[in-house]
Amino acid sequence: MNSTIYKSLVEIVGEDYVSDRPEELFTYSKDLGTSEPKWPDYVAVPKSVEELQKIILLANKATIPIVPLGGGLSLAGIALPLHGGILIDMKRMDEIIEVNGKARYALVEAGVSQGKLFAYLRNHHPTLAHSMPDAPPAATIGGNLAIHGQGDLAHPHGFNSDMINGLEVILPTGEICRFGSCSIGSGWFTQHPLPDMAFFLGWGGATGIITKVSLRLFPCKKIRELDMLVVTDEELVPDIFHEITHVGMTEDLVVFSQAIPPMTDRLHHIVANISGDSEEELEFKRRLIYEDRLSKYFEQGTAGIVATSQDLEKPAVTKTADWKKGGGFEYVGSVFPVAAYPELYRKGVEISTRHEIPYTVTGRVIGAGHAIMFSWSYAFNRADPESVRHANEALHETDDLVLEFGGTIWKPAVYGQQIVMKHMDANTLLLMKKLKNMLDPNNIMNPGNWEVA
Amino acid sequence: MTELIFDENKCFACSTYDCLTKCQYMDIDADTAKVEIEKIINQEDSFVLHDCVTCYACEEYCQNGNHPFYLIVRQQEELDLPPLPEPLIKRGVQMGIPFRGEPEIQEIKGPALNLGVFSPLGNMTKGKLFEGLPIISHDPRKMFHYFCQLMYLHYARTSVINQKLPAIIETIAAHKADEVIHFHDECYGTYVSYAPAFGIDVPFKSVHLFEYLYNKLLELKDEIKPLNYKVAYQRPCSSRLSPDKHPFVEKIFDLIGVESVEREYVGENALCCGATIAGQKKKGSRRFTLDLQEKNMNDMKDAGAELCVFNCPACMQTLGKPVAKKGIMPIFMSDLCRLAIGEKTT
Repeated sequence: MNSTIYKSLVEIVGEDYVSDRPEELFTYSKDLGTSEPKWPDYVAVPKSVEELQKIILLANKATIPIVPLGGGLSLAGIALPLHGGILIDMKRMDEIIEVNGKARYALVEAGVSQGKLFAYLRNHHPTLAHSMPDAPPAATIGGNLAIHGQGDLAHPHGFNSDMINGLEVILPTGEICRFGSCSIGSGWFTQHPLPDMAFFLGWGGATGIITKVSLRLFPCKKIRELDMLVVTDEELVPDIFHEITHVGMTEDLVVFSQAIPPMTDRLHHIVANISGDSEEELEFKRRLIYEDRLSKYFEQGTAGIVATSQDLEKPAVTKTADWKKGGGFEYVGSVFPVAAYPELYRKGVEISTRHEIPYTVTGRVIGAGHAIMFSWSYAFNRADPESVRHANEALHETDDLVLEFGGTIWKPAVYGQQIVMKHMDANTLLLMKKLKNMLDPNNIMNPGNWEVA
Repeated sequence: MTELIFDENKCFACSTYDCLTKCQYMDIDADTAKVEIEKIINQEDSFVLHDCVTCYACEEYCQNGNHPFYLIVRQQEELDLPPLPEPLIKRGVQMGIPFRGEPEIQEIKGPALNLGVFSPLGNMTKGKLFEGLPIISHDPRKMFHYFCQLMYLHYARTSVINQKLPAIIETIAAHKADEVIHFHDECYGTYVSYAPAFGIDVPFKSVHLFEYLYNKLLELKDEIKPLNYKVAYQRPCSSRLSPDKHPFVEKIFDLIGVESVEREYVGENALCCGATIAGQKKKGSRRFTLDLQEKNMNDMKDAGAELCVFNCPACMQTLGKPVAKKGIMPIFMSDLCRLAIGEKTT
C-alpha cells in the first residue's frame, strides 16, 4: 500500500470518502456472481467531475489501475478490480441536473440510480418515463450504458444506449470530453448528426468514465398494465412476437421459462406491458393484439391468455437464486435474432440439466423484433464450492454456445470477452486495440477487461 | 377407478331440462336440450361441449341432483374437447404440484379453518370472528398440499381431480379436526358435492364459511353496528355446488345491516366473473367476457350498489379492479363482517 496515494486521495475527495481499510475494501472485492474476490487497494467516492479528473491524473502519474463502479450489479465481474488499484464508486455523483419535459430528456450525472430517476420522474414529471432495466433500482444510469443495458421500453425504443442525446466522459488521460449537441454549446437534446465518437458504450469502463448523460425520456401513460400469455411449443414464440411487434402496441415484451415453480416448467410465458391514457386506448391496443393478430393461436388451442390488466411486475430472475439455496446466481446474457429462441431455450435446458441446476431462461424483444436479449441464469450455493464450479462451467459452456449459434454475448465476463474477440474480424479487433492504446496509453482504465492481445 | 355416479334415467324422465334451458350462455329450448343431453350421455359430440363456459350453474339448475356439469366436463375430457387452450391446461395442472416440502401435520382438537391454496390471505382471518380457530394450510409454501383441485373442472380434467384428491383429503383428515370450515366455496363444494358424486370418501365434516360467519355473528350480535351499505354479491361458480348454503348470504346481510340491491344477475341468475371464460378457445372469448363483465357491473351500478361483496379470491382478482373503476368498492365477505363488529380490515 502506498501512503502517498492514500494521502493524495484524501486531499481530493476528503477523508470520509476514501478508504484502504480491509473491512471496507472487502465489500468492493466481490460482486454477486461466481467471480473470485478481487481486492482494490483503495476505494474513492468522488462527488464531482473535477475530483474524478484529479483521481485519474493521479492514477496516470502513479500508473495505478482505475476501476469505475456503478451499482455493482453486473454479476459478471466487470467492475471487479482485476489488477487492484483505485476503485471509484460513482454513487455520489448522483445529481439530476435537468429534465426537459418538452424535448423529453433528462440530463443526469452517471451515478444517478435507476430508482432515483424513476422516483423523480414519477413525482415531478409523471408523463415521462425512462427505460427501466430489470436490475435492482440501485443500478446506475452510467453503469447501465457502459454495458449496453436494456430496459422496459426496449421493444419500442431499443437498447438504453440507443437513447442517448449526449455524453460527458473523462478520458483515461484526464481530459473531459462531451459528445453530441452539448459539445458545441447547443444543449443536450441530440447526439446526432455530429461525427460519431461514442467509443465508451459497451466498453465496461475500459476507455473512459461516463460522468454525465442526456437520456431520452418517453411518454408515460396514465395506466400501465401487464398481460400474460402462455404457449407450450417454443417454436411458436418467435411467430407470436412477430405478430405482436407488427402492431407495435406494447411497451415491453418478455418471454420466460423456468423449471421452478412447476407452473412455468416447459412452458413459455410471454409478458406484454400495455399502456394507455384511458381504458379505451388500452382496449384498442388489446383488440389489435388479441383479436387481429393472435386469435388463430387461441382458437387452435396453441396459446392461451393467462391474465390481462394486471399491475406491472418486473421480471424477477433473482428469485431463482433461491432454488439451489445459498443465494447465488449469475447469468449469461446474449443478443440473437428472435427466431433463435427455440434452440436457445432447448440448449439452456440441456446445460442446466447437465449441471443439476433448475433451468431459467428469459428473453426480451429489442426493437420491432429486430433482436432478442436472451439470458440463461444459473443458481448456485455460495457456500458450496462444487455448486459454484458447476455454475461456472455452465456459464462458460453458455458463452461458447452463444458464439457457436451466431449470437453476441451481452456484458461478457473476461472469459466471454476473450472468445468474442477470438471470433472478431481481425481489422475490427485491430481498431479496438488502436483505440484502447490511443485513449489509455498507460493501460490504467479497468485493465483486464476488453484487452486485445 | 373413480367414476361419476350419474343416473341417466333421471335425465330421460326429465321434462324441463333446466340444466340446459336455464343456461345463461347458450340459448337452448327444451327439445334441443333433450337431444343434446342424450348425446352427451351417449358420449357423442354436442355443441354444448364446445360452447359451455364452465360456470357450474347447471349443477344448481338440475332438479334431480344428477350432476350435469360433472357429466359435461367428463365428456369434454373423454372426447378431447377441452374448452381451454392446451398450454393453459398444462400450466394450471402444473400449478397444483407441491414443490416446497411436506406439510407439517398438527392434530387439532375442535374445528379448524382450511385456507386451501389461499394461505397468502391469512391476514383476512384475524379478529373476533376467527379467534381461537386453528388454521390448516397457513403456510404458502405448503398450500398445494391442501389444494382441492376443483379448478380443473374449468379445464375438462376430472381425471386430474380424481387422481389427486384422495391425497389432499388424507392430508386434511390427518389434522383430525372435528369439523373443517372451508374458507373458499370451491373447497366446500369439493368435499360435499364433487367427492360424493365420484364416490370419493371424505372422512371429515365440512362447514361452509358463510354458515360459520353467520353463527359467529349471532354470538357477537351485541357488537354489530349496522353498516347501512347497499351491496351487490358476486356469486362464485363453485357456490352452485352448495346452493343450500347460498341463503346465508342474505342472512348475513340482514344481520349486519346491509341492503342487498335488487338486480337482475343475482341468485340463480348470477353471472360468472369471467376469469376462465376470457381464455377459452372459442372465437371472441375475450371480448365476450368483457361484455359479460360490463353487463354484470352495470347491473350492480344501476341498482345502486356501493360495495361489491366477494367470497372467491379468483372473482376478486378478476372483477375487483373493474368494479372499483366503476365506483363500487370491492370487499371480501369476511372483511365486511369484520367491519360490522367494528374491526379494521386488512
